[in-house]
Amino acid sequence: MKVNLKVWRQKNNNTAGKLVEYGLDNISPDMSFLEMIDVLNAELIRKGDEPVAFDHDCREGICGMCSMYINGRAHGPQTGATTCQLHMRSFNDGDTIVVEPWRARAFPVIKDLMVDRTAFDRVVQSGGYVSVNTGSAPDANEIAIPRTIADEAMDAAQCIGCGACVAACKNASAMLFVAAKVSHMAVLPQGQAERKIRAERMVAQMDAEGFGACSFTGACSVECPKSISLDHIARMNREYLGAKLTSENV
Amino acid sequence: MELESKIPAGPLAEKWTRHKFGLKLVNPANKRKYEIIVVGTGLAGASAAASLAELGYSVKAFCFQDSPRRAHSIAAQGGINAAKNYQNDGDSVFRLFYDTIKGGDYRAREGNVHRLAEVSVSIIDQCVAQGVPFAREYGGLLANRSFGGAQVSRTFYARGQTGQQLLLGAYSALSRQVANGKVKLFTRTEMLDLVVEDGKARGIITRNLVTGKIESHSAHAVLLCTGGYGNVFYLSTNAMGSNVTAAWRAHKHGALFANPCFTQIHPTCIPVKGDYQSKLTLMSESLRNDGRVWVPKRKEDSEKIRKGQMKPTDLKEEDRDYFLERRYPSFGNLVPRDVASRNAKTVCDEGRGVSKTGLAVYLDFADAIKRDGQKTIEAKYGNLFEMYEKIVDDNPYEMPMMIYPAVHYTMGGLWVDYNLMTTIPGLYALGEANFSDHGANRLGASALMQGLADGYFVIPYTVGDYLATIGSADKLPVDAPAFKQAEARIQDQIKQLLSINGTTPVDEYHRKLGLIMWDYCGMSRTAEGLTKAKGMIQQLKKEFWSNVKVTGDGEEMNQTLEAAGRVADFIELGELMVDDALNRNESCGGHFREEYSTEDGEAKRDDENYAYVAAWGYGGLNQPSVLHKEELVFENVKLTQRSYK
Repeated sequence: MKVNLKVWRQKNNNTAGKLVEYGLDNISPDMSFLEMIDVLNAELIRKGDEPVAFDHDCREGICGMCSMYINGRAHGPQTGATTCQLHMRSFNDGDTIVVEPWRARAFPVIKDLMVDRTAFDRVVQSGGYVSVNTGSAPDANEIAIPRTIADEAMDAAQCIGCGACVAACKNASAMLFVAAKVSHMAVLPQGQAERKIRAERMVAQMDAEGFGACSFTGACSVECPKSISLDHIARMNREYLGAKLTSENV
Repeated sequence: MELESKIPAGPLAEKWTRHKFGLKLVNPANKRKYEIIVVGTGLAGASAAASLAELGYSVKAFCFQDSPRRAHSIAAQGGINAAKNYQNDGDSVFRLFYDTIKGGDYRAREGNVHRLAEVSVSIIDQCVAQGVPFAREYGGLLANRSFGGAQVSRTFYARGQTGQQLLLGAYSALSRQVANGKVKLFTRTEMLDLVVEDGKARGIITRNLVTGKIESHSAHAVLLCTGGYGNVFYLSTNAMGSNVTAAWRAHKHGALFANPCFTQIHPTCIPVKGDYQSKLTLMSESLRNDGRVWVPKRKEDSEKIRKGQMKPTDLKEEDRDYFLERRYPSFGNLVPRDVASRNAKTVCDEGRGVSKTGLAVYLDFADAIKRDGQKTIEAKYGNLFEMYEKIVDDNPYEMPMMIYPAVHYTMGGLWVDYNLMTTIPGLYALGEANFSDHGANRLGASALMQGLADGYFVIPYTVGDYLATIGSADKLPVDAPAFKQAEARIQDQIKQLLSINGTTPVDEYHRKLGLIMWDYCGMSRTAEGLTKAKGMIQQLKKEFWSNVKVTGDGEEMNQTLEAAGRVADFIELGELMVDDALNRNESCGGHFREEYSTEDGEAKRDDENYAYVAAWGYGGLNQPSVLHKEELVFENVKLTQRSYK
């Protein structure tokens, strides 16, 4: 098949970027979207042009590295999938495809389609853990955790930290990402000791990073490659309110 | 060189305990005076960095990804082994030890493997305490499943995302130490050289991948937790960025590389589709618990299926060959990976393979769905089935999956002693980057176990012994000549890569190298093929250095330049792998030499002549590598022909 690409090119964070058009022939519908970009890059390199910079690593939808905004949707037209899991069979012969980086103040562009998501790391550093030193754990079966609770925790914990939620949100809010971590630990017995301080600190850091406010449109959950539920945002709001009302910490 | 494994004396089960007591300690107040560099933030790296910081050491952690959470450990699906015996089915530390030694085809060290089995139980405790949401039974206790090469259920799992959950656990522990100021994190930073002075590892040279800046980092000890080198095959289940550069450059400074030819070809991957393919996707081995592997009995039926004239579901039961169940009745579909892979290759070589390419076999869940219902199967493997459907565009609940072996893991790696120290004092290798625990074949669910064992429970003890010996003053400043010279060396190499300005993109060389390795140093090998491969790799190396095209410059984000450096190292490693495979005149585990097989096509070991670790020393540019042998001593297990029949 043939596609017409409009790709965001930006040399670095200090330079203005623009959409550049490229035409590609002989694209197989079985190619993944990133393999199609590989083909484009090989052509560019042969011509002596600079290839398109983009983040990618595992190419099986789990590392969370790939991050393309395709035809106005985070990770493209499929739901419940990352960019690397998108295949060209999702497009039609002759389609024009617009590819942009995540757009959010808290995710500055590094180059082309690559953005800086270290804000997420700093949010986790502010409290996304259970404080337990290596070697001090009790036997793993000491605490029974009902299966439904373990499943609920797992539903939240499977977030891959790609940032699609932020990119999809009109406010560039990181609520779904932060809520997934707060919720994962709030439902588990292991997370109880730091439950309040975790919610408070993570929300404070999220705000400090410049993410927008949540107006609960639900775009984040729709575009989330792991389909993480809005319920977790509701739970985080409750956790945060509860923590603030009874705060012993901040 | 005399290789000293430093395996402690005494009964197997007491070695580690006694050894720990014999190790020197660093006073708690002095620990902060010691700096430790950790390269890589996967299971081994993140767990080591976090645990060492908790002890009080000053840690610098490096990864080439944008966040430590993205290291390739995250992609491990099926599970992690531990000798908890929660299932009351006869498991024990000794049985896990025995299964691992046997599964590795008797090419691993007894002492290391027993220690691994011992600490496995603490890993599960640690991860649960961190909040890792392992699968549970209705009563709330932990669930287990079985994995290849074992007859007990000792594998803990978190749906099909066990690696992800364990890595996020280690990442959260690491993040806590970053917040505490005990770990300084360097993301999008790649190690390009090791600095050695007075025979000790002194630090590393890195490139900031965003700015291109070359920097020196000094430390008392350097830990390489940089994963495996499976991407030497170009197509593998490894992440695109996984590379051998850190380990290889340490090798060039004197760290021996052990058993490089021991690579694992995983039996259950999604088959190759086209020339544009950039990577292969693994389907967890846990699928073999419920899926049955088969091909048509007759070539003619396979042909019809390949041409689309017949559907696999139309083929009658008696016309199917469940070849693993037939050949290995006691282990059936759960034989170890090397055995399952080789058998799949054999039936495809006989012309009975399916899919358009003929290079695939079926993994069929119809019986399991009939027996347990679709809901149960969905609960167990839902995300894997989804992943398959996304890639292949076929519904595995209705049609059997198609699978074929793919490169997955490398058992070989930097040679380390019992303390995980390489042949360069102060340089350690952890996790997949070292060679020590899996012999010639790794059992499923053991990689996660080893990465975390090394990081959480081994290195925190052993690194202290070295640090206490050298003292905190024994550290080189970053403006020392050794650092400046190393920086200049790396700058020169970058300039050289940029100045070739040939016509062929880096990926093309990588792809060619991969094909050579897959054809001649893959699932089955011959002396003739390996000799040919060596010539081809040498030729490829010449072409690469005269005609590679690297665009852009060094002082910016330049992914082509990154790839060029990595591929240059892979080419050199490829040659060493071929040398190693040629040297090992036997078949064992993942290393199958056609000349050395039994009458029914099983691997034939030669314990008399090859029960040793082949540790290779770098011989210099375009010079032959030098072989050193560490004889393997077996005091607790009897070496037998591995049988899963």
